[in-house]
Amino acid sequence: MAGRGRGRGRGQMTFNLEDVGIGRGDSLPPTTFKPSPLFPPMPVQPVPLQTGEEVEYMLALKQELRAATKTLPFYIRRAAPKRDVDRYSDKYQSGEPKDSTIEWSPDWSRLPKELCVKVREPRGKRPTPQVKRTKKPLVGKEEILTKLETLEKKEEAVNSEEEQDEEKKKTNEEEEQADEEDYEEDFEEDTDYIMSYFDNGEEFGGDSDDNMDEATY
Amino acid sequence: MTEEPMRGNRRSFRHLPQNSTNSDVGPPAYQRGWSANIPSCNAQLFGKINLPVSAEIRCVVALAITCVWDSEVVLRGFSRNSFHDLKGCFAKHMTAQEVRLCGLLLQEHFGEVVERIGTHLLRGGAQNLRTIANETNTPLDLVKKSLCVLVQHGACEFGSGRRGPGSPVEYRASCERVLRVLRYPRYIYTAKTLYGDTGELIVEEVLQRGHMTMSNTVKTVADRLTHNMEEGRSMEYSEVVSAFSKLVETHFLQRCPPVAEMGTAATSTTPATPSTPAAPASTSPPTAESNPDCYKLPHVTLIGRGKRRRSSDDSEEQRGGKKAKMDSESCGDEGIYWLVNFERFHQHFRDQAIISAVASKLDQTSSEIVRTMLRMSEVTTTQTAAYTQPLSANEIFRSLPPNYSISRPILDQYLSLLVDDPMEFVGKSGDSGGGMYVVNLQRALANLARATLESVVQERFGSRSARIFRLLLRKRHLEQKQVEDFAMIPAKEAKDMLYTLLSENLVQLQEIPKTPDHAPSRTFYLYTVNQLPTARLLLQHCYKTVANLIERRLFETKENKRLLEKSQRIEAILASLQASGAEPEQLTEVEEMITAPERQQLEALRHHINKLDSTENQVDETVFLLESYIFSTKTKRERGREGGEPGG
Repeated sequence: MAGRGRGRGRGQMTFNLEDVGIGRGDSLPPTTFKPSPLFPPMPVQPVPLQTGEEVEYMLALKQELRAATKTLPFYIRRAAPKRDVDRYSDKYQSGEPKDSTIEWSPDWSRLPKELCVKVREPRGKRPTPQVKRTKKPLVGKEEILTKLETLEKKEEAVNSEEEQDEEKKKTNEEEEQADEEDYEEDFEEDTDYIMSYFDNGEEFGGDSDDNMDEATY
Repeated sequence: MTEEPMRGNRRSFRHLPQNSTNSDVGPPAYQRGWSANIPSCNAQLFGKINLPVSAEIRCVVALAITCVWDSEVVLRGFSRNSFHDLKGCFAKHMTAQEVRLCGLLLQEHFGEVVERIGTHLLRGGAQNLRTIANETNTPLDLVKKSLCVLVQHGACEFGSGRRGPGSPVEYRASCERVLRVLRYPRYIYTAKTLYGDTGELIVEEVLQRGHMTMSNTVKTVADRLTHNMEEGRSMEYSEVVSAFSKLVETHFLQRCPPVAEMGTAATSTTPATPSTPAAPASTSPPTAESNPDCYKLPHVTLIGRGKRRRSSDDSEEQRGGKKAKMDSESCGDEGIYWLVNFERFHQHFRDQAIISAVASKLDQTSSEIVRTMLRMSEVTTTQTAAYTQPLSANEIFRSLPPNYSISRPILDQYLSLLVDDPMEFVGKSGDSGGGMYVVNLQRALANLARATLESVVQERFGSRSARIFRLLLRKRHLEQKQVEDFAMIPAKEAKDMLYTLLSENLVQLQEIPKTPDHAPSRTFYLYTVNQLPTARLLLQHCYKTVANLIERRLFETKENKRLLEKSQRIEAILASLQASGAEPEQLTEVEEMITAPERQQLEALRHHINKLDSTENQVDETVFLLESYIFSTKTKRERGREGGEPGG
């Protein structure tokens, strides 16, 4: 009895189809079997964007802001994961951010005490001595080492100050960032040796000695 | 797609007489407010639930119903004490689209670590440090750093925990504040138009750093300005200080609110805070406005000039002494931090929108009159006022700008024109003093939002659908037949358009039963448009749009990363070659390292990224309008409710 209406016409429903607006003889749109396409064709093209001096200025502002925020200390990067073996050069490459230090100094009185993180000073004091060194240094050696280091730091303070200012100036010009980083690295650590010339010695012995026609001196 | 209305659970209008006509009928006020909370598709699918229950239970039910609608999943936290107060800007109802957009903005500006912490806080409500670290699997130090950054920028607040002063500090993030990042270019540009380059740089510095002391800002801005000036000239600190004070006087910058003490019974150090005496757990976090000193400049004398940064050593030595002196002396305003007052900027944008609407609807002189009225009421109008304080025509006449010299009777004519205009920008509130006039802020915002909605429908569906939409907005409830008649559109097409609008949730279907048994053949089906829920829907669409734009831009950048890096390197080489004085042949040689097709690709990429960026800016203008409208309607409702209206 319930199936009586099936098959005859569109099928009986409890309400009047005309009220909803589907008249007699109208064909309904085909039923859909899949979700609507990801990029459906648009019946109307969108209105073109506004143009003008104001719009372009704000566009330039937006892009500059985006570039500038990457250089501010608020942009937090994870420290690079440690390599398998501690290398000698690690001590002199302090350019990478460390997880446990913060690059700027907030007003700690406005923050809850538990958020206090050590502030990293790129020029001036070094952060607390590396884990290696605290293990078993002889007292005399450490004193001498730290004295030497503070002397070097003072010398370098003028250099790195100047070069820090340069650095800040260049952040506004996006072009020279890459160049600047290379230049910086050579200055940053406290040896007299330029970092890029530092040779780990790992490539030694890779050359083959087999066909040596020329004499070695 | 057939719309088969479902039976059962429908609201019944038993209390209405059987022979009520369409114009009498409409959802009662409390239902209207309720329906604003459910996404409109559910109203269409499941009907409105007539339960006279409290807001919490309503929301839980809405949550249960809402799970089908992906873009409007409402997330909820539970309030325990006033730190977790509903009224603050740390509102707990954040949609998935908002959280997604906030995540993208945080990632762009502060990196992935902050993004992870930020979205976790936004989704989960107030949490303490350990919970955050554990649930996001981030090392504790990184969590601390991210929280410092978020607090510095005002995106996160901390307060005592739920269990009282002894429990660990809890942090919660503010979705609204993170979304402001999208509007930074507009703030900076406005400061430029009002206060010149100096003002622009001040606002930019304060925005980038979150909050700064006045001395710091002045020094940094002076240095930046000096850097852009010609050789030999430098910027005086006093000029920067005067621009800064102008910004503070007009309330565009304000002091940071003092930090509420947590856990200790000690009173806070600034004497002027009214909220300290009570126990910390029971006071709401102090806003900037609660401090009566919030617009007072500190008494510091900053004397000096901006420094130009050079690579040469002689100037370094020249200024070396001075620089050391500047850095070592403390300028006396430690602890007084300034931040940008977004609400004031929003007020300015709102005024601008009203003035330009009047200019395009009427004429330039009327817009000048409205501008004068708004300028006069800048300080006397509170941020949530529905209209400005009444101004007499005499006052307006005196305050008109001197280059707009119109005679007094003409001014009166203009004012009466403005009052009679159907957009109701200006209203007359009395006759003393030559006529007392107010600017109807709330109504103007509502009209602007309505115009936005209509324009959206027009651009997406065509002008005839827009005609139907406008008709429904004016006439509130119409039957299908009436829509066809009033809109003068043939039945078939009208039906098609109505169903398209219905499927996009811009139009809702309302049932009015004639008989108690809700027999479908004896029920009215009315189409209706509710402005507020539709505005909310469009706002969510806007958030989704901006998030999509950002994602597309990131995708495009990632696709062409290799090419971008190459071009950056080549530019760096070119710049260094030019600085060291190379010959043109060398330069062209280097330039040719980028091939022509690569150049084309780069051009296309730049063009796309520029387009995406300026689209973001434009969508943000719509976001601002809709947000202001929704906020003003919400405060109007709260004001009405507090005034003792029945129902709620």
